[in-house]
Amino acid sequence: MAQTKRREREAAPRKKSVLRNWRLYVMCAPAVIFFTLFAYKPMYGILIAFKNFSMRKGILGSPWVGFQNFARLFTSYWFPVILKNTLTLSLLTLVLGFPIPIVLALLLNEVKSNRFRKTFQTISYAPHFISVVVLCGMVTLFVSPTSGIINKFIAMTGAEPVAFLQEPAMFKWVYVLSGVWQEMGWGSIIYFATLSGVDKSLIEAAEMDGASRLQKIWYINLPVLVPTIIVLLILNCGSLLGVGYEKVYLLQNATNVSASEVISTYVYKVGLEQSDFSFGTAAGLFNSVVNSAILIVANAISRRATRTSLF
Amino acid sequence: MKSQKVRRDTGTGDRIFVIVMYIILILLLILMLYPLIFVVSASFSNPKAVAGGDMILWPVQPSLDGYRYLMQYTEIWTGYVNTVFYTFLGTVLNLAATLPCAYAMSRRDLKGRGLLMVFFMVTMYFSGGLIPGYLNVKQLGLLDTRTVILIGGLVSAYNLIVCRTYFMTAIPMEIQEAAIIDGCDDFQIFNRIVFPLSKAITVVMALYYGVGRWNSYFTEMIYLKDRGKYPLQLFLREILTRSTFAQTAMAEGKSFSVEEMMVLIKQADTANMLKYGVIVLSTAPMLLIYPFLQKYFEKGVMIGSVKG
Repeated sequence: MAQTKRREREAAPRKKSVLRNWRLYVMCAPAVIFFTLFAYKPMYGILIAFKNFSMRKGILGSPWVGFQNFARLFTSYWFPVILKNTLTLSLLTLVLGFPIPIVLALLLNEVKSNRFRKTFQTISYAPHFISVVVLCGMVTLFVSPTSGIINKFIAMTGAEPVAFLQEPAMFKWVYVLSGVWQEMGWGSIIYFATLSGVDKSLIEAAEMDGASRLQKIWYINLPVLVPTIIVLLILNCGSLLGVGYEKVYLLQNATNVSASEVISTYVYKVGLEQSDFSFGTAAGLFNSVVNSAILIVANAISRRATRTSLF
Repeated sequence: MKSQKVRRDTGTGDRIFVIVMYIILILLLILMLYPLIFVVSASFSNPKAVAGGDMILWPVQPSLDGYRYLMQYTEIWTGYVNTVFYTFLGTVLNLAATLPCAYAMSRRDLKGRGLLMVFFMVTMYFSGGLIPGYLNVKQLGLLDTRTVILIGGLVSAYNLIVCRTYFMTAIPMEIQEAAIIDGCDDFQIFNRIVFPLSKAITVVMALYYGVGRWNSYFTEMIYLKDRGKYPLQLFLREILTRSTFAQTAMAEGKSFSVEEMMVLIKQADTANMLKYGVIVLSTAPMLLIYPFLQKYFEKGVMIGSVKG
């Protein structure tokens, strides 16, 4: 600690001076202008959630309506549906998608052959680089009840073909499992790299004492991962209502909409397709307020329970 | 000597563990590779045979019909050119805005550094949302322009912070001090010293931004109307939805006149000829490049995880 302090002092012999450092501010300028125009200015646009916005009158000129848009949202037919669907998709993603990369990293760490491990890693990253359009296209082709390869395999076992994308009950599985397929390899990078920080002498000592592989994983490797796991878990909790529109929108059709309409796709449809700007903004704002609240609560719980936190 | 160092799994439990582990890993490997091989094989097969479900792994009745078809479908090439344009120019702009800013943020003598940091980090957690964002672009007069695609995602706060952490930890301060004594100003320090030493982070950032741009479709779908400006992913989406449109429509219980049905079936046929080839064509560049950059992005993920 004292050493870093001293280093900091050594590293900054020049006094902070706005005038002398004007070039550094020039370097920051494009990013600052960008965020002002494309991040902060739209935040001001959130006001229209509390107004009856019309293009002609503009944001300031449109009349205030208080919480009327929110009242309409909470009493609408779709509200419980989209809330339930959003939670179902994100919780299932968390339960299945979160632990798998951890297990994968722990297993890869046990592989002795460098060549096998490297090859495995390279291949396992491939799905991450596939675009969401292609992924959804592939999913649609593979699960097709008439020509899909998955239904061919199902038919081999003698069972009836399943119309995965027409059956509302199947939607969550299609969505979540395709996501796991795409991200499990990529997600394991961070855990695998963290495992390289395991103290080798601990492993050797455990081996002397006759520890089995599972015991070494459980008592030595896993604890090393815990801080990383917690930080990523908090971050994941922060997006519990953050199911993105990109993928859902592409997998959605009129037959599965009762299971696939989520808050973000609803915002898109109501707000942009039907041009109900105020209502769409209100729905979007509700979404991000709940997200932030969950993030803050998760962070606070973690800070108390494990002394690890984001902020 | 050697036999002492290499530890064998002597216990029965350990031996079973290793066997189970390899079985799991190999199954996963098959699971990850199979869809990719299937698509490539399908693109070189007779489309009718694939649609009929005759193809399991390797090409059936090998043909280049799909690709021949693709050559004639000019919109795809428009899309390809657009995507290459957006990806290259866009990524260059991303780097030009992110790297110098991150460097400035890494300097301890930058007054107001903490404040700027908060300014950037807030954007990671809060945003106006879809509709205020859209209205903003509309108000700026950027709807249906290439400009909004290029500068709409100019800087990601997350990437900015990753770069800043890199500059703070990987570039020795002493070199910069020496340069100042030699009379370099801040632009020169960045251009001549810091940037040339930052190959790793530049590659990581180019990869992160570049992959995002190559694969992006939603922003383009919202902001672009003119098909001449569409990126490949939008045409791809059209082709992929068309190939199953008639099926889906019937499953949804829509009814069509005979003429409408004929048109739909013809579109679906064309789409069926094209789809695997166009998937390969759009995905191949990314899948061919990343293995060579693997050592960089593993580094990038690690820098990102260091709390800055």
